[in-house]
Amino acid sequence: MSRSEIMNAPVLEARNVSKTFVTGSHEVKALDTLNLSASKGECLAIVGESGSGKTTFANMLLGIYPPTTGEFFLDGMLLPARRNLVLRRTIQLVQQNPLSSLNPRRTVGASLRLALDVHSIGDRPGRSLRVGALLEEVGLPAEYAQRYPSALSGGQRQRIAIARALACEPEILVLDEPTSALDVLVQARVLRLLDELRHRRNLTYVFISHDLAVVRNIADCVAVFERGKLVEQARTQNLFSNPAHAYTRSLISAIPIVTDEEDELRRTMMEPRHAH
Amino acid sequence: MSKPILSIDDLKLTFKIYGNQVDVLHGISLHIAHGEKVALVGESGSGKSVTARIILGLLQELTAARISGSLQFEGVDLEKLSRRDRRALRGTRMSMIFQDPTSSLNPVYPINTQFYDVLRRGNAKISVKDARMRALSLLEDVSIPEPERVLDSYSFQMSGGMNQRVMIAMALANEPSLLIADEPGTALDVTVQAQTLHLMRDLVERRGTSVLFISHNLGVVREFADRVYVIYRGRIVEQAPTRELFHNPGHAYTKALMAAVPRITGGGIPDLPADNKHFEDPMVDRFREDVQ
Amino acid sequence: MRRVMWILLSNPLSVIGLLLVGTVIFSAVFADFIAPFPSHRGAVVDFSNFNQPPHWPNIFGTDLVGRDLFSRILFAYRISLMLGVVVLAIAVPIGVTVGLAAGYLGGWVEFALMRLTDVFLSIPPLVLAMSVMGLLEPTLTNGMLAVTTMWWPWYARLVYNITRSESQEGYVLAAEIIGASRLHIMFREILPNCVPSIVTKMTLDLGFVILIASSLSFLGLGVQAPTPDLGSMVAEGGNYLPDSWWLTVFPSLAILIAVFGFNLLGDALRQILGGDT
Repeated sequence: MSRSEIMNAPVLEARNVSKTFVTGSHEVKALDTLNLSASKGECLAIVGESGSGKTTFANMLLGIYPPTTGEFFLDGMLLPARRNLVLRRTIQLVQQNPLSSLNPRRTVGASLRLALDVHSIGDRPGRSLRVGALLEEVGLPAEYAQRYPSALSGGQRQRIAIARALACEPEILVLDEPTSALDVLVQARVLRLLDELRHRRNLTYVFISHDLAVVRNIADCVAVFERGKLVEQARTQNLFSNPAHAYTRSLISAIPIVTDEEDELRRTMMEPRHAH
Repeated sequence: MSKPILSIDDLKLTFKIYGNQVDVLHGISLHIAHGEKVALVGESGSGKSVTARIILGLLQELTAARISGSLQFEGVDLEKLSRRDRRALRGTRMSMIFQDPTSSLNPVYPINTQFYDVLRRGNAKISVKDARMRALSLLEDVSIPEPERVLDSYSFQMSGGMNQRVMIAMALANEPSLLIADEPGTALDVTVQAQTLHLMRDLVERRGTSVLFISHNLGVVREFADRVYVIYRGRIVEQAPTRELFHNPGHAYTKALMAAVPRITGGGIPDLPADNKHFEDPMVDRFREDVQ
Repeated sequence: MRRVMWILLSNPLSVIGLLLVGTVIFSAVFADFIAPFPSHRGAVVDFSNFNQPPHWPNIFGTDLVGRDLFSRILFAYRISLMLGVVVLAIAVPIGVTVGLAAGYLGGWVEFALMRLTDVFLSIPPLVLAMSVMGLLEPTLTNGMLAVTTMWWPWYARLVYNITRSESQEGYVLAAEIIGASRLHIMFREILPNCVPSIVTKMTLDLGFVILIASSLSFLGLGVQAPTPDLGSMVAEGGNYLPDSWWLTVFPSLAILIAVFGFNLLGDALRQILGGDT
């Protein structure tokens, strides 16, 4: 295999994945059969509104519940429904709400150490140092290990949630609306941190979001979900310069924007050009 | 120009919690003219929502809150009104829309009943039948396709967007002169939020209702407001007409806010300077029109 | 912690609660030193001074065999408190474990454990205790056993409800994704979030355990003579009302003070810690 082939081999693949929830005699198709893949070190954005199936997709990827049909592949290997510790460690999650994702009654250090203990990463005395190093990696002083989440701001908590996911030394990070609960100044800093970490650690991101403006600036490729269907999939550049699907266009036009250039982009995008 | 609908002068708010004093507002002054749509934009904890609650008179009843400064609404000093008169203003001359439409509606009563209660605040003698007719026309105003069906529904039977429209219709039911919208539609999907926002803008423009629009989202403010106040840690740091503010932000904080918003034209994630000492700089006031 | 003290001391009712509970605990612990006649806790007879109304040095009067009532009440507090502490020390861990397991694991574990809890909850406490005491010998140990069997289900249900709602929190999901064991999630992640409610309920319950234990001994099913016990003192004195009023009034007041004190303190803690019981 040539170097470029190794680079482009998908690290993550969803083949014919679908999910139907059954409650009593009721069947709800949460996700229609779809195929998706992400290359190593890339950021794949999954975009959609509530009920689009983007959370269902993430939950299946994380192994919270199995797909009804289809499989996930990691580095070409089938991901089983019941995952052992090694596989769990490989795919980690950063949740939307940093208020609820940290245990209010445990210190930051204890929350971070959990991952190290569970996966026996490093020797026991070395773990405290590692906790400090993780905190510094996400831009917080090592002393924050002693603090409780209530003594931290929203942005700091989200940094800790990121550090906790990194503690497992994952290959793939599922980011579920990681900045939508944050203020815009904080959002910019956290997004920047995520971008840096991805390059430094060569991580693959699955970035779930409803905000196309954020996606535009962080993702390499985008998959647009609408009501359980994958309606469009493209490189980020192409998606914004030439959105193919009507739903993608309506999503782009709904984003609140702040500059005239963006207005201009939207106008040209909306103009009927070549028919698809 | 006529007298402003609302004018706030040097409003200060201090909370006393467990023997500690927390200053929340450090002297805020703002005014809203007839038919003007004014935005108060800031981050969480900046004091924008408590300002709305003070205008509505919801905070005055808390014993922990110390409030000073003057609040004039339609030429009347709000602080001189009795509690009862003040309460009578809410939902009639001034009304409000909150963030989450679904939890703002009572799930126990059908929409019709809630409309009747709202309309009765404005006109105590209104009959059930007249109220229903009025509610129907209000729901048509907010482009609800089947108003009859919606009136007989409960809030939990409808989508968030539909509930939001109902909330807007109710808030405008008694023809208020001031509408306070606190982060309206933030809990909704982006496409629905955009739709309801346009709808609300058209409606208040048609009726000449003044609006105080409270938001953390600069893009939404740009779509909606005529004039913007930027609030940072309990101080107004800049005010300007919307176009001017977005074209040429004056205050360091406003500039940082603008820079931090990701653009759909790309350009990467902004690299914000770590220091924010200029955020406390004096206010940049670029309101040219003379309001007196 | 400073915040807790500040709120406790700023509310007059909780200050009263704190004082009452402090008095009860102090009397129980230091009964040997406070009691004017420490030997009267046992089988002492002094017929020269029996059934006397309050007078110096017997400030609460004396009982039918001439023992100092005040001294006996102090020692009765010691027994009551010990009973309460031991009952809770056994009932709380059992109830908490059952509640955590049922609430977090769900499925058939939840079904089995919670139905068992319901069965225990549906039996009137005093009836259950009486039947246990009836089957076994009416001793202090059996008394504790009886009270314990009816106490754990309340903690099971309390912890079950909290666990159910905490399980929806993001931190539980986070621990699951990391791969933490179920035991870790139950006892290290969820349990600390139940502690405020458990502590509040334990404070309230200390009063109630004392009350129930007194009721049992009032019926002759609890602590046996000559060990001093508030319930049996009230029962005994009841036969000599209204002439020898002090025999009933002082032990009853003692029960009232303890129960009232623990209730006030428990209510205050509930407000501060925000637990739901």
